[in-house]
This record gives sequence, structure tokens and C-alpha cells, in this order.
Amino acid sequence: MTIPLDATQAPEQLERGDSLWRGAFRRMRRSPTAIIGAVIVLLFVLVAIFAPLLAPYEPASTQWQSLSTPYMVQFSSPEHLLGIDRWGSDMLTQLIYGARQSLVIGLVSTAFGLVAGAALGLLAGAFGGWVDSIVMRIVDILLSIPSLLLAISIAAVLDKSAFALMIAIGAAQVPIFARLLRGSMMSQSRQDYVLAATALGLRRRTIVMGHVLPNSIGPTIVQATLNLATAVIEVAALSYLGLGTAEVAVAEWGRMIVSAQDRFDIAPWLAFYPGICIAITALGFTLFGEALREALDPKQRR
Amino acid sequence: MLRFAIRRVALLVPTLFGLTLLLFAWVRALPGDPARALLGERATPAAIARVTEVYGFDEPLFSQYFTYMGSLLRGDFGESIKKNEPVLTAFLDKLPATIELTFAALLFAILVGIPLGYVAGRRTGSAADAGAVTISLIGVVTPVFFLALLLKYVFAIQLGIFPTVGRQSARSDATHTTGFYVLDGIINGQPGAAWDAIVHLVLPAIALGTIPLAIIVRMTRAAVSEVIHEDYVRTAEAKGLKASLVNRRHVMRNALLPVVTTIGLQLGLLLAGAVLTETVFALDGVGNYLYQAIRDRDYPVLQGFILFIAIIYALVTLLVDLSYGLIDPRVRES
Repeated sequence: MTIPLDATQAPEQLERGDSLWRGAFRRMRRSPTAIIGAVIVLLFVLVAIFAPLLAPYEPASTQWQSLSTPYMVQFSSPEHLLGIDRWGSDMLTQLIYGARQSLVIGLVSTAFGLVAGAALGLLAGAFGGWVDSIVMRIVDILLSIPSLLLAISIAAVLDKSAFALMIAIGAAQVPIFARLLRGSMMSQSRQDYVLAATALGLRRRTIVMGHVLPNSIGPTIVQATLNLATAVIEVAALSYLGLGTAEVAVAEWGRMIVSAQDRFDIAPWLAFYPGICIAITALGFTLFGEALREALDPKQRR
Repeated sequence: MLRFAIRRVALLVPTLFGLTLLLFAWVRALPGDPARALLGERATPAAIARVTEVYGFDEPLFSQYFTYMGSLLRGDFGESIKKNEPVLTAFLDKLPATIELTFAALLFAILVGIPLGYVAGRRTGSAADAGAVTISLIGVVTPVFFLALLLKYVFAIQLGIFPTVGRQSARSDATHTTGFYVLDGIINGQPGAAWDAIVHLVLPAIALGTIPLAIIVRMTRAAVSEVIHEDYVRTAEAKGLKASLVNRRHVMRNALLPVVTTIGLQLGLLLAGAVLTETVFALDGVGNYLYQAIRDRDYPVLQGFILFIAIIYALVTLLVDLSYGLIDPRVRES
């Protein structure tokens, strides 16, 4: 990988071939923030993947037999540790399967936002001139609508499905990634190594794809990690506003909060558990993203 | 400065123009016949024919857009399908509640956030710093509507300190002249009504203000911890200035510059968050109206409200940019 040598780096480090990403990884292993974030994220991913093994009951099954009166709720019992909601579903099972939904929608939407946004940013950053002007005007227009509102307006014209949520949340992230990547490519293009590469007679495409882009992608990756947190929250927010998936059999944290709302005064825990799950998951991605940002920061390189 | 201002205002024109194009395309992206999408599933053929006629849906797209732009420029932003009122009237009617809420949320975020960020930045690594960072993290990761529900449960339902819903008590006989309930209470000489409105604002403002609070804490902390290592601060301290004077004149004045910009840019977040907060607390504002429009699939309302919010957001961003250019000459140059 061709990474510019930082003049402030100690020579012995350079001989070891200490790349930007390898150095960042080394720093992150020492950062408690990164470790806590990584552990939360890992747990979340494992729970999502192994949901069928971890969940005590079938996702769509009802547990009426555990209740004295149907449509009553249960706080906790040996069979149902986190209780039962008013539709007779075991809370723990719902929460575990809810992780799946959050992970899939969060990951796919952020990946979509990242790829589409980065492509636009690359287009603007690599070509400059009128291409840049046109792309950035489009980005400006999209940025003039607050992100959640943009997601709302896209979700409002689509059908109520997980796919629609992915498109809506992902599309709302496109302008953010585009502007970020374009910005860092612009500042990298002014670096001396680009001048040196041009002087050496390298082709423009080689310079942009081989040198400028790899050096500019860092902040975009950091943003993607942070956006995973936002995406998990936005899925729940859209659900809360009635724009979530119409498949009621599929557990989703945001909708669990909505359905807990009308029994909120007597059974607040039904809303509390999914809310905490969203917050902890978002915390994991945020901590990890912040640690990554710090680790990639050139000022932190020793 | 004038050239900077003109250029910055000129940039607004293509953005707003593009926005109208986007919103125009958006309604046409609705599944099926746009007239049916606007009127809903159970519209009579006569109503559909009338709307098709009025909006010109049977004409070429090109002329449809001109019709749309023409009506926008005349101040006609369409009519709500469900509530039979002009979108603009509805927006202006609901706006005071939202401005009041947004203002209260920002006030909370600033009054708590700046001191917290200052203490954290002054003593990085201390327990106070850890506390401030934790608060700001919690603010970022907690969904606004969940926080609103929690606050409502603890302080309104359980402790009964604050009201659960609405902008004023049900039996209030307050007179409203401006639509800003707190202001109305003051100018009409009804201190009880003003207090009632303030009490109703507390929980929604805290719920909505937490994300800006988190961001303000972080910005202030970063700025203060950087500024206190500047040479001019050391000079001021070395020449024996009182600590409070150094703080006020040298640390805060320089540290607040980036913070002020951030505050201005929080508005988009607040307007979007208002949709959730107003829904939880049943506040009769722009956000709650928008929520009902989403539920009713009231597309003219969505189209108009998004346009209005984007315009407000763009204008505030413009003001922030201009004021920043006024304060910092380097911004004007670039």
C-alpha cells in the first residue's frame, strides 16, 4: 500500500512498514474506549447472528399460558425473565430477534449510504471543475433537509418494509459521505506528494486512485462507524413515526416501544428494555467510531 | 465582506431551486396516479378529475413544474387533504409552538452545556471531565423519543411534578395573541398563564435539548482545552491577571467562537427532533402536524412543510455563515 511517509515519524518505525491502518489498529488495542465499543458491537453482532440459538422461545409464538389473564402483561418470572408484553410475546425473545433487524437494516443502509455517497464524493473530488460544481450543488440541496426529515420523506413514498427503511436511512446519509470524502480528497490533492507524483509523470488516474483516495478514506470510514449508531436510532425513530416495517411478526426495537406506549403508565419496562438496547448498541458504535477517529488522527501518531 | 455576503446569498438560489425540483419529483414518485396519491384510496372519480385538472397532472411534466413553481411564487403551497386548510396557514399556525420549544431546548442545552464543557475542558482527565463526557455520550446515543418517554414517565406520571401532555392546562383561560404561549402570558398580564406554559415546556425542552447539549459540551470542552494552552493565556496569567478575568476575556471569548457556530447548525437537528418530541408530549406544533400528515399520507402537507423547514434551515445556516464571516476575516477570504 502506498502511504506517504510522515516526516515526523521515527525512522525505525518507517522501516517496519508501519502503515496508517496498522498503526491505528495498534493504538486502538491500547484504548479502553475502543475495547468497550468493540465488545458491545461484537456482542450485538453475535446476538443478532445466533438469535435462534439464544432466544428462549420461537419469535412469533405467544405465551398466553403463562398469563392469568390474556392481554395482561407480566413483569418477570422464571420462564420469562424480562416479562411478557400485551400481545403475549416473550420480551427476551423479542429483544434478541430485534437485534437482528437493527443490525441488518443498520448495516445495509449505512453500506448503501457509504457506497453511493463515496461514489459521488469521488466523482467530485477526482474530476473537479464543473463535475464537482454539479455534484456538490445536488449534495447541498439534500443537506438543506435535516437528515431524519429526509429519511422520513423518502420512507413516506415507499412501502412499509425493511427494504424501504434501508433505502430511506441510507439515502439520507449519501450527502454526508459525499461531502466528507470530497473534502478530504481536496485537501489531500494539495499535498506535496501529489505534486511529486505528478512531477514523476504518473497518470492522473493512478495518482487519484492509488494515492489521494487511500489517504482520504479515513474520515469517511470513521463517519460510517458513527453513522451505524445513527442508523440504529433512526430505524427506531421511523418505526415510532409509523414508517417502520408492516411485518408485525418480525420483532423491531422501535416498534416494541410504540406498542408499549399505551400501557406505559402500568408497564413501563416494556418500553424501557428496547430503549436501553437501542442506546447501548448506539453507544458501542459511537465509542468504537470515536476511538477509530482518534487512532487515525495524525496528531496522535507517535 | 459584502462580496462574501453576496456570493453566499447567491449560493442559496440554486439550492432552493433544486429543492423545489426535488419536492416536485417526490410527489410524482408516489406509487400510482399522483391525483389518487394526493387524495387517498377512497377518492371519488370526480374529486380525482378535479385535482388532476387543478394540478395539471395530465399535462407534460415540464409545464406541470412551471405550474407548481408559479403557485409557489404566488404563495400558494397547496391544501391539506385531511384538514381542508391551506398548507401555509397550517404551518404559520403551528410554527410558534415549535419555535418556543426549539428555543427552550437550545436555552437548556446552552445553559447546561457551556458550563459543563468549560469545567471538563479546564480539567481534562478529572472526575468532572469524565462526568461531562459521559453525559454527552448518553445524550448522543439515547433516541429522542425514548428519552422523552422516560422523562414523561418519571417526572410526569410517577412524580407528578410536570404535566404529561399539551402546551397549557386544559382549563386554562389564557388569551393568545401571538401564539407564543409564554410571551402571550407576559404581554397580556397573565403571569399564571405564562408560568403554566413554561411548566409545560420543561420536559419536552430537556428531551429535545439533549443532543445539542451533548454536542455543545463536546465543542466547548475541545475548544477550552485547546485555548488554555495558548501563549496569550499564559501571558495573561503571567502578568498577574485575576483568574476570572483571564477566563472571561481570554479563554471564553476565544473558545466560544466555534461553539456559537455549532449552536446555529443544531437547528436542523432540533426541527427534525421536534417531530418526535412534539408527538410524545402531544404539543400542537409543526412536528406533531407533520407526524399526523405522515400517518394520513397527507402529501401536500409533507411537501409544503419539508420545503418550509428546509428554507428556515437554509436561512439560519446562511446567518451563521455570515456572522462567522463577520467575526473571522479568514472565512471571507477563502
